[in-house]
Amino acid sequence: MRLAILLLLSLFTFAASTEGIESTEVIESPEAKKGAEVVAFSDESLRPRYHQLLQELRCPKCQNQNLADSNSPISQDLRREIRRMLEEQMTDKQIKDYLKSRYSEFILYRPEVNKNTWLLWGSPVLVVLLGLLILLRHNRKPKPIAGGEISTAIGGAGTASKEAPTKSSDQQRLAELLGDKENQQ
Amino acid sequence: MNRLALFIPLALFVGLSLVLLLGLDKDPTDLPSALVGEAFPLFNLPSLKDEQNVVTEQDFNGEVVLVNVWATWCFACRIEHPMLNKLSEQGVKIIGLNYKDQRAGALAWLAERGDPYQFNIFDAKGSLGIDLGVYGAPETYLVDADGIIRHRRVGVVDDRVWESEFRAIYEQITGTEQ
Repeated sequence: MRLAILLLLSLFTFAASTEGIESTEVIESPEAKKGAEVVAFSDESLRPRYHQLLQELRCPKCQNQNLADSNSPISQDLRREIRRMLEEQMTDKQIKDYLKSRYSEFILYRPEVNKNTWLLWGSPVLVVLLGLLILLRHNRKPKPIAGGEISTAIGGAGTASKEAPTKSSDQQRLAELLGDKENQQ
Repeated sequence: MNRLALFIPLALFVGLSLVLLLGLDKDPTDLPSALVGEAFPLFNLPSLKDEQNVVTEQDFNGEVVLVNVWATWCFACRIEHPMLNKLSEQGVKIIGLNYKDQRAGALAWLAERGDPYQFNIFDAKGSLGIDLGVYGAPETYLVDADGIIRHRRVGVVDDRVWESEFRAIYEQITGTEQ
């Protein structure tokens, strides 16, 4: 049962994270179509790659917009450059490297995995692992108690007989102590 | 042990606060430059003053120069211009990169405000701008005698910026006391 809950929880976490990515893309794409000029390609198969690149590349001037959203002059220039490079049969990687060598990694909205970004990329996994660890620890703690004396003591019939002697002996001791005091007084 | 564990949320909070506090001082528009330490990109463009005259990076090879990206549409360039005039008077060689501008307007600007430039590269389409990773004007690059970009400033160069960012490197690579 617990394992099932754990599995469900972790699945949910993964589902939530992928859902997040999808929803942002849904929000961006209509704007992307609005922002981009009407462009002609010699080969229509370049168009989806063009739009994909505009989504993933950041406008260096306007910071929180991608090249598809931004209408700043620098974005217009970069869109033109990307079209030119696509027509020249450059691969997506070559185009990204071209821009990266000029505008630094900042321009990539999907940063590469390297020594600066491993924590960024790894953090979802780390958080899930941490969550699992906490859940496991949390679940393990009550276990010895569950099999032991207290849980049977709580509802069981054995409680009275087991606790009774302790109680009565305590009370006896208490009485003795009180009695002593009273005697002294 | 358990008692110490109670402090974990506090420690996390303090840690996060510190990270965010440090972030407050950072200028988000200050991008890392991909070109510092790299060679100045090759180019082949008309000069501003004479359309027929083609200038290339060879025209300032072997000299320590500032390459200043400017345009008449750039408001901050107006603020920066007197500083460039001053540096030029002090003997600093400045190459202008007239970026996505109109030739007539740019020439009028120089006539009106003084011309601190050795010469101007006329980059109407911003092609050298893209090779340099220019994303706004003004920008200023310090290029050494080997044609290597040693420093880049995005934004206005004023006395404070010159003193804090440029002067030491400039004096080191020219071997002069300014």
